[in-house]
Formats: sequence, structure tokens, C-alpha cells
Amino acid sequence: MIKPLINWVTAPHVRTDLPHIPVGALVRVNYRIREGEKERIQAFEGVVIRKHRGANSTSATFTVRKVTQGFGVERIFPLNSPRIEKVQIKRRGKVRRAKLYYLRALSGKKARLTESKRG
Amino acid sequence: MINGILGRKIGMTQIFTEDGTRIPVTVVEAGPVTVVQIKTKAKEGYDGVQVGFIPQPKEKKVNKPMRGHFKDVPPTKTLREFRVSGTEDIEVGQIIDCTIFTEGEKVDLTGKSKGKGFQGVVKRYGFKGGPASHGSQFHRGTGSIGNSASPGRVFRGKRMPGRMGGKRVTIKNLTICKVLPEKNLLLIKGAIPSHNGAVVMIRKVATPA
Repeated sequence: MIKPLINWVTAPHVRTDLPHIPVGALVRVNYRIREGEKERIQAFEGVVIRKHRGANSTSATFTVRKVTQGFGVERIFPLNSPRIEKVQIKRRGKVRRAKLYYLRALSGKKARLTESKRG
Repeated sequence: MINGILGRKIGMTQIFTEDGTRIPVTVVEAGPVTVVQIKTKAKEGYDGVQVGFIPQPKEKKVNKPMRGHFKDVPPTKTLREFRVSGTEDIEVGQIIDCTIFTEGEKVDLTGKSKGKGFQGVVKRYGFKGGPASHGSQFHRGTGSIGNSASPGRVFRGKRMPGRMGGKRVTIKNLTICKVLPEKNLLLIKGAIPSHNGAVVMIRKVATPA
């Protein structure tokens, strides 16, 4: 009785145009950011290491990790944000965990994921 | 004019604005409520309206005295009263729904806060407590509750540990983010007192800023 009403409220805010984003995938997220008056698109490319709070909830987020100049950078995106212009899935990783926190401790060749053969 | 309505807290979620800002909202099923009784200055000494919320379909759950009270209107599970400035334009059986509110309007909301049980002074009154480490032996205790022989007693109203929550709480100036009349829902920005499923009173602000 309670949950369906909340889903009914959030349904118009859930995006159905984005592809399914699997954990372990190498993705490129085009995110709209505003600088003063101007709006531009910023791309962030990295591995999805976590998905949080399901798929059709407006509070759902996913975390993308990349390593820039030796520093690990993680960015959390709201999954259903209208600011996400596009999500491009470049490669699917073969993973056996839902949260890839172990990647944080690894660097270089050890931090690679093998490509998944499944669609 | 009735300036309030009863609602049932459904729960919290987030919605996005067009520019992508996330707003935390509480979903409240507000009304429709039925006017059950009108109280007038002449008879009760003040102008008020008693409204009923959530229909009671089981006849045997309504006892005989209450059946008499509900003789002109369908019985409801909850009855609450609102003060009004005048009762001329109100009649028994009148139905009020969430469309009395508009988007962006400020409201006051009254509910019963969640019971927290027996709590210490740090959680209950926001006392600072002591250092957790560095040899400190004073952590979350109450501390001194007064002087010695003068005055020789603890002052009345001294804040001490005890039952917390489960009280009537009013929060003022909450913003209505959205009115959804199809399902009688109001989206109110931020958190509200009471657990999910509890009845709350939503009123237009008494003293607009």
C-alpha cells in the first residue's frame, strides 16, 4: 500500500532511455555541468565499481572510478539525473562481486578486469 | 474556509527538478476529509470544524455512540479538529481535498514523533558529552545537576535522561513541492515527524513570513 504510491510518485523521474549499466563496465558518462551562466558537457570515463539502491528508485546512484596521473578518482552519479546526457558502455568486465572496492587497493596491471563474453 | 487537512505519511523519496537538482521530499496522502461536525462560538465557545479521515468500512468497528455522531456522514477511522475563523461557508458532509494547497506554498505540519525510548542527555537534549579518549573518564554522562547545600535541591525542569519522542511535534514553514490530486498526494520538502502510515495535520501557515 505504501511502496506503490512512492513508486507512482517517482515513476516520471526514472529514466528509461539510458542503457543498463553493469558493475565492472568501462563507461563514459556525459554529464551536463553549469559554470556560471554557461552549460557544458563533461565526460568522465572509468570503471563502474558500485551501484546503490536499485534501478527504478530516484535515489539510485552509481560510482565510476578512474586513475588519473597516478591518483584514483571516483565520482558518484545519480542514476536517474536529468543531467546525464549519455552513458556509453565501452567494455563489460567479468566480475564476481557486486562492489569492486578491491580495485582501490590495486594499481597498474593488477587493476585490470577481463572482458565479459556475456551480453 | 478550512485552512488545513489531514494526511497519512507514506514515506520519503527524492525527485529531480528540471535542472537536475535533487530534492528530498516526504510523500503524504492528504485527504479527502469529510466535515463531521461544526463547532460554533454560540454553542462551544469557539469556531471549529471536526473532520474525519480514512473511511471505516466495517460497521461493527463503529460503536453505538459513534454511529450517532456519524449519522449524516460515512464513518471514518480518524477524527481531528481545526480552528476556523468563521463557519458560515462550511456544512456537514462537505469534502475537502489536497487542492486547497498550491505548489510552492508554505505549510505547518503537526504529527507524533517516533518514539525513541529512554535516552540519555546527549541524544535527548544535545548535551556535548565529554572526550571519548585521551584518558577521559567522562563520556556521555549527565554531569552535575546542581549545587550543594545552597539551594539544596535540584531545580524543577532540569534536563535529565528519560523518555524521548512519541510526542506531538509541529514543524513550521515547510514547502509544498508538488500537489498530485489524482492520488490525493502532497510532496512536502524535507522530513516530517511521525512514522510511515501515521496521521498528520497539515495547515496553511498561521503567520506568513
